[in-house]
Amino acid sequence: MSFTSLTDADRAAMLAAIGIDSIDELFADIPEAVRLGRPLDIGPALSEAELSAHMAELAARNVDVGRELSFLGAGMYDHYVPAVVDMMMQRGEFLTAYTPYQPEMSQGVLQAIFEYQTAICELTGMDVSNASGYDGTTVAADACYVAKLATGRSKVVVAETLNPQARQVVRTFAPGFGMEVVEVPHTDGATDPDQLAAAADGAALVIFQQPNFLGVLEDAPALAAAADAGGALPVAHVDPMSLGVLEAPGHYGCALAIGEGQPAGNYLSYGGPQYGFLAARQDYARQLPGRIVGETVDLENRRGFVLTLQTREQHIRREKATSNITSNQTLLALGGLVYLSWLGPEGLREVGERSHALAEHAKRRLGLPPAFDRPTLREFVVRTGRPAREVIAECKRRGVHPGYAIGRYYAGLDDALMMAFTERRTPDEIERLAEALAAVGVEVAA
Amino acid sequence: MKLIYERSQAGRRASSVPDPGLEPGAAIPEHLQRSQPPRLPELAEPELVRHFTELSTRNFGIDTGFYPLGSCTMKYNPRVNERLVGLPGFRDLHPYQDDADAQGALELMWRLQEILAEVVGLQAVTLQPAAGSQGELTGLTLISAYFKDRGEHEQRREIVIPDTAHGTNPASVTMAGYTMRKVNVDERGNIDVDDLREKVGPQTAGLMLTNPSTLGLFEERIEEVAAIFHDAGALLYYDGANLNAVCGISRPGDMGFDVLHFNLHKTFSQPHGGGGPGAGSVAVRDILEPYLPTPVVVRDGDEFRLDHDRPKSIGRVRGFGGPFGVFVRAYAFIRCWGPGLRDMSEIAVLNANYMLALLKDDYELPYDRHCMHEFVLSARGLKREYGATALDVAKRLMDYGFHPPTVYFPLVVPEALMIEPTETEAKETLDAFCQAMLAIVGEAASDPDLLKSAPHTRPVARLDEAGAAKRMVVRHRFDD
Amino acid sequence: MSEASYPDGLYYNEEHDWARVDGDVATFGITWYAQDSLGEVVYFAPSEVGTAIERGGEYGELESTKAVSQLIAPLSGEVTETNDALDGSENTVNDDPYGEGWLVKVRMSDPSELDSLMDAAGYSSYVGSL
Repeated sequence: MSFTSLTDADRAAMLAAIGIDSIDELFADIPEAVRLGRPLDIGPALSEAELSAHMAELAARNVDVGRELSFLGAGMYDHYVPAVVDMMMQRGEFLTAYTPYQPEMSQGVLQAIFEYQTAICELTGMDVSNASGYDGTTVAADACYVAKLATGRSKVVVAETLNPQARQVVRTFAPGFGMEVVEVPHTDGATDPDQLAAAADGAALVIFQQPNFLGVLEDAPALAAAADAGGALPVAHVDPMSLGVLEAPGHYGCALAIGEGQPAGNYLSYGGPQYGFLAARQDYARQLPGRIVGETVDLENRRGFVLTLQTREQHIRREKATSNITSNQTLLALGGLVYLSWLGPEGLREVGERSHALAEHAKRRLGLPPAFDRPTLREFVVRTGRPAREVIAECKRRGVHPGYAIGRYYAGLDDALMMAFTERRTPDEIERLAEALAAVGVEVAA
Repeated sequence: MKLIYERSQAGRRASSVPDPGLEPGAAIPEHLQRSQPPRLPELAEPELVRHFTELSTRNFGIDTGFYPLGSCTMKYNPRVNERLVGLPGFRDLHPYQDDADAQGALELMWRLQEILAEVVGLQAVTLQPAAGSQGELTGLTLISAYFKDRGEHEQRREIVIPDTAHGTNPASVTMAGYTMRKVNVDERGNIDVDDLREKVGPQTAGLMLTNPSTLGLFEERIEEVAAIFHDAGALLYYDGANLNAVCGISRPGDMGFDVLHFNLHKTFSQPHGGGGPGAGSVAVRDILEPYLPTPVVVRDGDEFRLDHDRPKSIGRVRGFGGPFGVFVRAYAFIRCWGPGLRDMSEIAVLNANYMLALLKDDYELPYDRHCMHEFVLSARGLKREYGATALDVAKRLMDYGFHPPTVYFPLVVPEALMIEPTETEAKETLDAFCQAMLAIVGEAASDPDLLKSAPHTRPVARLDEAGAAKRMVVRHRFDD
Repeated sequence: MSEASYPDGLYYNEEHDWARVDGDVATFGITWYAQDSLGEVVYFAPSEVGTAIERGGEYGELESTKAVSQLIAPLSGEVTETNDALDGSENTVNDDPYGEGWLVKVRMSDPSELDSLMDAAGYSSYVGSL
């Protein structure tokens, strides 16, 4: 296949216009010693048919959620993605555009981002959202930098119940930001407000998660108040699919709300790409990283949209920018907007309620001892009585992936299994889950 | 046109959600329950589709027309890649799937790592970083880890950057905890080596350099530059934004660079989607390999697995293994070209030089050399003689049906117009664009107001950006 | 203000800030040249009242939509007042840079620094050389 158009005649005419005899002359500035001088050793070129066959063969060696009954979650969820999301994202005018530097050429995506920002603000109860971050882990690091700029403080407090990958990303980048990280351990699967308040004293921010990584509903208003009492910015890491039934962070005193966008309109895609969201109260608008779209008017007083507050950004403020981010995840955020518009407020509430109802049904049906005596939403942790890794491996041989072995990140939980229930699961599938667990020796209810 | 919220009517919806017919179990504690529902749009699917379709008609992509946005490598995005990324084995694969049941995905990532290492002449690759600027931050964090390990971190606090650099470079330097040291550009557009010698010493951790530079010029003294840093015990970072110029021709590893990031969305054709996604995969020389982010995809015989056990790793920079869908497209794109990637770069450079030849008599050319894959002109003459700026030229190009080039960058060229055609454009397109650029010079002389009031053919005219910044309306305000 | 002007009686530095002296208090602002280069001002973030500033150091920032300008103090002293009237009408800096568009007032700590600043004629010829 070919993605270029030049004929031999074109080449000859172009070389003549340049005034050279061969393309090689254009590379005369490259010193001889640093030229490759041999073909790249990267395998032969493939035709489209050969490429498709090769890729199909690779794809076939993956067991996707359509090939086994999967209760895996742990931050990435198998919610249904409606066809309109795919179709709208594949519109070439969206798909093949760059960042909207020239607003007159880009009103479509600029308005879409404005609508996305509105949707995120509505979900989170915040005043301002950026146009997206990379994912639900990097927005946690972004929040740290916002808090550093806003408070001048350097201590980061994270709850141990925050997604472990988000904590890892914060730990990677905090030293470069000149910040240190303190973790507050969980108490029976949740964060103790008093412990959090003690850690929050003098901190720049406190990040907690709702529902937390263990599936547990934290007393989020109490955690936000605990952070605030220490003078730290309260930051909630929230699941967008929970926000039809759970209170918005802006309504319980958070300064920022962040989260992973994948459950709302993006595919699992082995971890990416997806969008991360970051929204804030108005007070922090000037410290936010990344693109923000604003409404304005044109010369003829028609409504239009532009990238705004750009003086925060790297291309203008350079070494003093609020972030180095430039490429973000606009296309995935567009998918999120289409999805949330498809759902509507009723649909979002229904997904939340029905996922919750399925999870509660599963709790009753399985009858396994809960790892934590706490309320949960669509995901919970149970004790299986034997190493969860073995249980998973054996269930998988029966076509069921029963969940996530939480002991990988939390001490003392090697026999604990975390199971997620989206609206796509059914009572019959929960029956199959119960059968598979019983068949591998887990003592589920009869 | 209306906002989707203005099309909304209470009681409408597009979605249908499966109903398992279950009674709610345990109630959510009351003080944690949502108090007011989010005001998401309410409309049926036909209206939803019309809304987003109408929005798309107000947008311009590569599929619409020529998009010579310098430094962004806006090349055609092959449609086969969109089909491949939608294969269920890729699209619906959970990232916590066991390695044994993700062998196809892991093999694809491993092969991509191998290919990327070969293309740049370095030894190891992490695919994890989410975008170019995150690749920069990752690379600088690797440099920090290397010097910490050697006990030189406290001493080496400076990163040297030429004044042609992308804004991401200085921003990343600050976020990585370093201090920036600027170095000048000489009269040929190269780094001023004499200036450089004065600025590199025991305090230097490294250099960040784009080569070819943002002026579209290859650093002719790159070997000397590399030696200055290596002799001082410092490292060289390569910003891969302009890699499209040199694939199969010259490799950053051979030039002396120790760490670099790719922009898979530029060089290897991930559609940029109006701002992202991207991918900022990072390649390193073997001395930096121990510090790579975890996990790394490794091969054991015929098996592939995620290696989390790397004690010197800087840690994680993003979730999971990185933006996998971007890897599918980049890998597919590279396999289509094979070793012909060299032709890709050659044609990109030929296209750019052809346009330069057609335009350089009518616009000022700050550095009169053959360019690489892009070039920078100045509209300074038009501004001086007719009061027409680079921005006016850009806006007027829209009326001719083209996306404008990058303007006002790099900062060292006043009234800069930075043009990058890529390899995927036909000669007729290049000719038509250059004719428009030349016609605009004539218009600037005869009717400068035509430029200043442009564009005349887009859905909106020039927008009040100052008003937007002051009023700061960044979300829809519902009428209540 | 569309025409360049550099009033007599003010003191100027090379960073395009001016100072007007009244007793031991100096008023700072930016020159016509600076506001013209920056474009329409949309945001003003001064150093807070009570801050001690040094000649050559920053006393705040001005932003247009495309640029950020660090304000460089022509004189040392303590900030006694900031021009809060600019909040919401920042373009006064463009329209009236030497009058209503003033930025901060400073109680000078070393009036002898005035000797190192340019007068209007000196600044005009300096701008002409750029």
